[in-house]
Amino acid sequence: MSYVAIKGGGQAIAGAAAVSEYLRTEEGLGNTGAEPLAIDAILHQLRHLVDRVVSEGGVYYPRFAALAIKQSMGDTLEAAFALRAWRSTRPRLSETPPLDTSRMRLIRRISAAFKDIPGGQMLGPTPDYALRLLRLELMDESPDAFRAVARNWLEKCPEAELPDTFPKVLDALRAEGLLPPVSATRGQTAFDITREPLVFPVPRSAQLATMARAETGSLLAIAYSNMRGYGDVHPTVAELRVGYLPVMLPHPVTGELVEAGEVLITECEVVAMYEADEAGGKPVFTIGYGACFGHNEVKAISMAILDRALQKGMKDGANNPSEDPEFVLLHVDGVDSMGFASHYKMPHYVTFQSDLDRLRTTQQKSGEPA
Amino acid sequence: MNKILEVRGLSKIYGPGCPQCLESTGPEADTNLCPHCGSVVAIHDVSFDLFEGEILGVMGESGSGKSTVVKTLYFDQAPSSGEAIFFDNDRQYDLFSLNAAQQRWLRNHRFGMVYQNPNLGLNFNISAGGNIAERLLMSDLMDYGAIRERAKALLARTEVLLSRVDDLPKHFSGGMQQRVQIAKALATQPPLLFLDEVTTGLDLSVQARILDLILEIQQELKTAMVVVTHDLGVIRLLTGRAIVMKYGRVIETGLTDQILEDPQHAYTQRLVASAL
Amino acid sequence: MNAMSHNQAGNAYNFGFLDEYAKKEVRRAILKAIAIPGYQVPYASREMPMGRGFGTGGLQLTLSLIGPNEVVKVIDQGSDDSVNAVNLRRFIEMTCPGVSTTTATAECTLIQSRHRIPELPLTARQILVLQVPYPDPLVVVEPSEDKRKTMHGEADYSRLLVKLYEDIVKFGEITISHRYPTRINGHYVIDPSPIPRWDVPKLNDSAALILFGAGREKKIYAVPPHTKAEPLAFSDVPFRVEDFRDEQGRRRACARCGCVDSFLDEFVTDSGSKTYQCSDSDWCDMQLRKARQTQGEPA
Repeated sequence: MSYVAIKGGGQAIAGAAAVSEYLRTEEGLGNTGAEPLAIDAILHQLRHLVDRVVSEGGVYYPRFAALAIKQSMGDTLEAAFALRAWRSTRPRLSETPPLDTSRMRLIRRISAAFKDIPGGQMLGPTPDYALRLLRLELMDESPDAFRAVARNWLEKCPEAELPDTFPKVLDALRAEGLLPPVSATRGQTAFDITREPLVFPVPRSAQLATMARAETGSLLAIAYSNMRGYGDVHPTVAELRVGYLPVMLPHPVTGELVEAGEVLITECEVVAMYEADEAGGKPVFTIGYGACFGHNEVKAISMAILDRALQKGMKDGANNPSEDPEFVLLHVDGVDSMGFASHYKMPHYVTFQSDLDRLRTTQQKSGEPA
Repeated sequence: MNKILEVRGLSKIYGPGCPQCLESTGPEADTNLCPHCGSVVAIHDVSFDLFEGEILGVMGESGSGKSTVVKTLYFDQAPSSGEAIFFDNDRQYDLFSLNAAQQRWLRNHRFGMVYQNPNLGLNFNISAGGNIAERLLMSDLMDYGAIRERAKALLARTEVLLSRVDDLPKHFSGGMQQRVQIAKALATQPPLLFLDEVTTGLDLSVQARILDLILEIQQELKTAMVVVTHDLGVIRLLTGRAIVMKYGRVIETGLTDQILEDPQHAYTQRLVASAL
Repeated sequence: MNAMSHNQAGNAYNFGFLDEYAKKEVRRAILKAIAIPGYQVPYASREMPMGRGFGTGGLQLTLSLIGPNEVVKVIDQGSDDSVNAVNLRRFIEMTCPGVSTTTATAECTLIQSRHRIPELPLTARQILVLQVPYPDPLVVVEPSEDKRKTMHGEADYSRLLVKLYEDIVKFGEITISHRYPTRINGHYVIDPSPIPRWDVPKLNDSAALILFGAGREKKIYAVPPHTKAEPLAFSDVPFRVEDFRDEQGRRRACARCGCVDSFLDEFVTDSGSKTYQCSDSDWCDMQLRKARQTQGEPA
């Protein structure tokens, strides 16, 4: 009698990989002109997918993010996961000083608090006011027409000099004394969640870092619970900006700060209900901060709201899940949560055998007179 | 008689506190809220002694700080300043200099607490017997049969129907919940028991039976008790000595009979008069 | 090419996949875990290229401990050939060139396992790494990690014990089937990972070092060699392992090797009848070989 078990595991795994690869390339069967998806096409035409993956993967490496999207056939959780796993193999080489987001090369910038802001509002690329109608003409887009669109847009675009810096809306409010003074911890080395475990209570920088890598949908769901009434942040978006942030690194030899490149980020600052000052000073608004790699406004806003909620929870005790640092920070990571949900598919024969033993014994006992 | 508890200069301030807090609050100021910094001076400079087998009453209206006194002594809250010594046979403990584990040990083994709100004293999601078992298990009693016998004996002593030993306390009446709380508090036979408004909100007939039970227990077990209440009837029935508090300060202290028959402080006089 | 294998993107994977700093951190956490038996040491768990819950915690321990002369065995549900065991073994072979793998418990120096401790008693030259989904036994009574940490520090396990009490009240039995809370060296209570109760006594006074790795929950803990490990129980309601007796009270035997003192897996055959086999496949093979040798000998 053969061993009745999970034999042939190796073969099964190879088979599963092969059939997945078949599905990825299946288009080539009936279509001799079928071409593999180019990394550049993903980078440009599926840019928001790439944005999600760099952000949730926690590494700003858009080309690898595009590769991860390609091999996972568009599964963002899987793609972010692959990028994260690759990241695990990389040592930490250097640390940037705090980067100044007023120096961002902006593509979009809005404030919901003021009609006009110093430097001006800039709607930029956003679907916010677009009609969500299916654009059927894209069903069969010709390569020529496709190439003409961008060219035509650029030709019509007036040349304009962008200033080097855009002032922050919050700075104006702070100058008026409506915001708390800049925290004393600013400029201190940030908590590195890839090198240190979270042992609660954790500093705000650890909370922000965890949320910056969080899975967008998870973060949104918890932030939304706060917006709907399981919480009371009631935010106003003081400023939301999207653009390219220069990354400064100390020169390996001279130690002098040099610009090493730039990263596309989304940053959101919300102002929330004011609080009395504990030290007896005047009451001031409170602030929530959100920022993430890529263009992902829903994530940055959710993060800013949760940052505020968590600060409140740390101060007064959590009154709802979104104010509880353990609840929020331990449940928003996509790699953790999807991995654990998937693991239930693995064999659990031994533990189930053990469950059977307990249930049978208990059933037997409940049949006996007490 | 041996002293069991010595409390000196016990204070608790909620908020940042400021140099003017103390002079700006209290019975004369007619508030416990400091107008300068917004802090609440819940109690200030509370001192008393408690002797073996004695019942001491702490009397006052809401906001007088009376509950804060027992909450600090039972380690539910840390005091801002002050000292309390617990004398336990040949040992003595300086309560507020103990570490968290030592405090927890005393709470579990040598003190008992009955709260006004049974939700604080009982876990509503485990059975009445389980609640008592929890306290016994904290004391390292590891024999299931013995735990069960002891739980049943305690519930019988506090007049809870034994058929309900395995029921959840959330399905019990208010009076019954207090009986289970008392049984749980007594589980480790502590020499010191704190009772915080235990009969408040119960029907009068239920109140009377619970007060009788407390008296019987005190006579049987010689447990020393600190009874916090706003109810002069409870003070009269249970306590031998009492302290009267207003806005965080002790304004009168003495034998209960004396305080009730011949109150010295104007506030106590009004309190006694209004109860007649 | 040397131990570094390069892929097309031109990036090298280090021996053992993780970078050396990561391995050092894991090793420091291991040392601390051994120094404080049963204490859950937090560490910055790295993402591995397999799912959280598939053994990433155990794998980080294995990869941090592994040397070029290691003989590694990987099991899942007692079997060397289950899908996940094969997957992990392949990954180890791929990222640790020179390391050899085996299915024989007696021959290995390092075992990574999910849900089982081998039936063959382990020796002092072996390390067992168990994969852990839930590191904290207190999670069933207290959701906040912060509060649980204090409870562990003070060895305050009364709420866990009350759960056992309530079990007996309700069912006449302790209903915990696996992940049985076990007190280590008289203080910390651990979740010994989802091993069956059958395996819990093997933790006590073990000759081998036993390490536990929870990747998703980012904790490492240990039962050092020859350390006391006691499953929580009442003095009059003792801890009991799984019962493999049939209706007549006879111990069931493995249908393949005939063994009557191993943990059995239950199967329903195509004809609908039940049959039992050793869960530990290497043990089962060993018993078979032994039986054949005995038969082969002249009477």
